[in-house]
Amino acid sequence: MSTSQKQSTSMRHLLSTKDLSRDAAIRLLDVAEDMSDVATREVKKLPTLRGKTVVNLFFEDSTRTRISFEAAAKRLSADVINFSAKGSSVSKGESLKDTAQTLAEIGADGVVIRHPASGAPAVLASSGWIDAGIINAGDGTHEHPTQALLDAFTIRRRLHGSASRGKSLDGVRVAIVGDILHSRVARSNLWLLNTLGAEVTFVSPPTLVPADVSGWPATFGFDLDAAIDTQPDVVMMLRIQAERMSAAFFPNSREYSRAWGLTDARFDRLGPVSIVMHPGPMNRGLEISSAAADSARSTVREQVANGVSVRMAALYLLLSGDRENA
Amino acid sequence: MTKHTVLTQADITRALTRISHEILESNHGPANLVILGIPTRGVILARRIAETIRRIEPGATDVRVGSLDVTLYRDDLAHGRTRTPAPTLVPGSIDGATVVLVDDVLYSGRTIRAALDALGDHGRPRIVRLAVLVDRGHRELPIRADFVGKNLPSSADERINLHLTETDGDEFVAIEGGRAV
Repeated sequence: MSTSQKQSTSMRHLLSTKDLSRDAAIRLLDVAEDMSDVATREVKKLPTLRGKTVVNLFFEDSTRTRISFEAAAKRLSADVINFSAKGSSVSKGESLKDTAQTLAEIGADGVVIRHPASGAPAVLASSGWIDAGIINAGDGTHEHPTQALLDAFTIRRRLHGSASRGKSLDGVRVAIVGDILHSRVARSNLWLLNTLGAEVTFVSPPTLVPADVSGWPATFGFDLDAAIDTQPDVVMMLRIQAERMSAAFFPNSREYSRAWGLTDARFDRLGPVSIVMHPGPMNRGLEISSAAADSARSTVREQVANGVSVRMAALYLLLSGDRENA
Repeated sequence: MTKHTVLTQADITRALTRISHEILESNHGPANLVILGIPTRGVILARRIAETIRRIEPGATDVRVGSLDVTLYRDDLAHGRTRTPAPTLVPGSIDGATVVLVDDVLYSGRTIRAALDALGDHGRPRIVRLAVLVDRGHRELPIRADFVGKNLPSSADERINLHLTETDGDEFVAIEGGRAV
């Protein structure tokens, strides 16, 4: 037997990065390092969650996040049920409560939920309708914790390579550019990066900053050129979400691109070690140029691969161990 | 509470030297040997065995050493507290190799069962052997060690305490608790 079994309490749910401690965040990223090693082996599968059932409960379209969670759960040998609101009983008017109780009866051990309403995953976690581990896969304009975790994982790997385990992001300067108002990715990244010791600067049109940002540990700017001149370690471009552009937040897409897009000229002015991130899907030519997106300094494709590792880590930490002791 | 030192640092070194000779003897030399330690202390013991083999066998410089974590293969993951995995580092391909698994204390045999499953996901060794510093009995599975530093018959309510310089600062094997020794 191995005498040193480093044990600590389990996570019960993953709802936001705001309530994730520094130790818990680093531990999750470290477990993700072990999970990513699996992808390099002869057999790319672990028996860890054999006999567990994970339901992907998606009330909003998202192919990328859903297949990432599906790949993660399957790589851990869990059974996966995909439930999308379109064409389901939800479109016939079923409430979240009835859906949750149905999943409980089916025997779901974990529920990955994406919902257009901020707070829906928290409702599910605290309702008592279902005793499963809940992972927030994006809720309204609130949070998208696994995206932030995979972003932090990607930054840490670019900085520390194979020596990443146990490291934080102390002193790393991150500029997050675009629609802060509607972005749950920006919020989750702000809390997590701050917890891990990074310095966050938001750059956006004045119309796309939330009304009250007094409690946000970040600096705010409207000038992307000035931000690029500070040579940040990381430039994270957010997607312009056409589906959420209900009002005239900026005149037109050409104007947006000229003022707040990562154009070829701005990309050339970035330092040689700055990395360029984007959560995808990208609007090439709008918020990011093709040259920037496809360059060696871009982590867009790594982010997708790392997403599977981070989600494996989250599923493992939520679904193993006694849930009563959590 | 009784405490009784069973192996001193010198005893541990002697046991590991003997195990290294036994591994070489059973493998008819150092060819194709991969020594894999099970974290945490098994990895340290594996490194020491590999160093000893390199020292006593001319031409054994290519003996490979690594670590094999079994956390994600355990049969008790659904119970107790969530365990944090340790890194696995398998040096190169193990297909056709003679793999020696190294652990500190052999007890129920469940860790070794998990290690055999984990190993199979990395390739197909020709032979798998097991080396342990202490065999304390109480097997729950049909598993035995090929190379044993010290057989230590113990009762289930006794504790085997193993310290290594690298992890603990001092080095000994002691038996604690239970009825008087």
